[in-house]
Amino acid sequence: MTGEAAEWRPTAGLAALKRRAAMLAELRAFFTERGVLEVETPLLSAETTPDLHLEPMSSRVDAPGVECRRMYLQTSPELAMKRLLAAGSGSIYQVCKAFRGGERGRWHNPEFTILEWYRVGWDVHRLMREVAALIETLLARSRRLKPATYNSYADLMQRHAGIDPHEASIHALRRSVADGRSPVDTGGLDRDDLLSRLFGERVEPRFAPDRVTVVFGYPASQAAMARLNASDPRTAERFEAYVGEIELANGYGELCDPAEQRQRLERDLASRRGTGRPPLPMPSRFLAALESGLPHCAGVALGLDRLLGLDLQAGSIDELIAFPVERA
Amino acid sequence: MASYNMNQVRTGLKVLESGEPNVIISCDFIKPGKGQAFTRVKMRNLLNGRVNEKTYKPGDLLEGADVIETSMQYLYTDGEHWFFMNPDTYDQVEADAAALGGAEQWIKEEDICSVTLWNGHPILVAAPNFVTREVVETDPGLKGDTSSGGNKPAKLETGAVVKVPLFIQTGESIRVDTRTGEYVSRGKT
Repeated sequence: MTGEAAEWRPTAGLAALKRRAAMLAELRAFFTERGVLEVETPLLSAETTPDLHLEPMSSRVDAPGVECRRMYLQTSPELAMKRLLAAGSGSIYQVCKAFRGGERGRWHNPEFTILEWYRVGWDVHRLMREVAALIETLLARSRRLKPATYNSYADLMQRHAGIDPHEASIHALRRSVADGRSPVDTGGLDRDDLLSRLFGERVEPRFAPDRVTVVFGYPASQAAMARLNASDPRTAERFEAYVGEIELANGYGELCDPAEQRQRLERDLASRRGTGRPPLPMPSRFLAALESGLPHCAGVALGLDRLLGLDLQAGSIDELIAFPVERA
Repeated sequence: MASYNMNQVRTGLKVLESGEPNVIISCDFIKPGKGQAFTRVKMRNLLNGRVNEKTYKPGDLLEGADVIETSMQYLYTDGEHWFFMNPDTYDQVEADAAALGGAEQWIKEEDICSVTLWNGHPILVAAPNFVTREVVETDPGLKGDTSSGGNKPAKLETGAVVKVPLFIQTGESIRVDTRTGEYVSRGKT
């Protein structure tokens, strides 16, 4: 711990600040070359994603003509970017800050940088390959990665945890979690919490440090805003990309059906109420955009601070951001 | 004692786990982008020294352990217990062999030791880092040996056996690092 006197100082070194600037230039070149348009959307918005595991931060906004006074710092730019897609923007990308309450640790800061992009007309597998290509391009200066591997969630869970994630009983999942190297009291954990714990403890540590590992086919119950897989509705068109055990990106074949999207939002809002968390509004402008027609597309969000961390072989997010929350 | 939630746990905190006092040696916040958050906590059991890892959910609480580290003066032993006194309050406590954990072979009456108390009972006693003790038994050195030569075992008045240079003789005092059990120098007399 450093004394108060040193708290004005950045925790990131000048080398990290310079590398961040260079990485931003490289990713802009990557997307410019591919004809993807850079956009900006509001960080502070009347609508937010009612994700069960994200806690949005809010602010009171007083300004002439503002009817909604409670506005939310975005947990990701997803809602606003999809409104642009529905309005006919074509493929777009954005580099922006995202805010998630309660998240602080070695690889978490409540405010962090997201790179999010959408590819109109693409399927999820094509986007997975582009994610791997972007990561390989941005890390090329520091390391030569082996070709990316693509694995289904079910295969990985079967191989490393001995569990069929779609069929195993909740009792079997509880037993597996309780037997782990770092046991946890499973009371109050639902099926997805248990799966997520098993994946984090048994599967992620097996990922190779010298290549991109893409995981696809997450359980339908963890679809978030991904469409379900038409050929196996137990799974969703959701994927994640890792290097080693660092989770870098989360992407979807985007759910375009407004009725199903509304159902999922209602279910999530109800679950939030059930666990006594602050109520959130139904994101109606977002739903109206879906009703007007979201083009078939795939999209992904990538944690840019963590990618920078891999490039610089940093030990924590604090080495990559000028002022983490304690010094902000 | 107070309870701690997952935002309050930090390295160095003393907590109860399965009814025994532990000190937290590391904690990691783990959270997938789309999933439940967990805190992985590594802790050392203060009774047996073992390191364990456990994972907690955001709503879990850890109960604080009433553990304090204090300086106390060693008084005497009856062979089964070792008695220490708080030099300010004159309160006395008795520690068993498990709490001494080897410190008994270094300490001598009036030494100021670091004593860890759990609910007022000593669970860990550490000898002063450096002590000066008299050698009560060692082989006589050979003629011509110098300080750069080999070493030999020497038994101290408090019971420990230490490797010393060949020139050290029975009856001399030596300075020892109790954390490593190594000879440091000839003692000041």
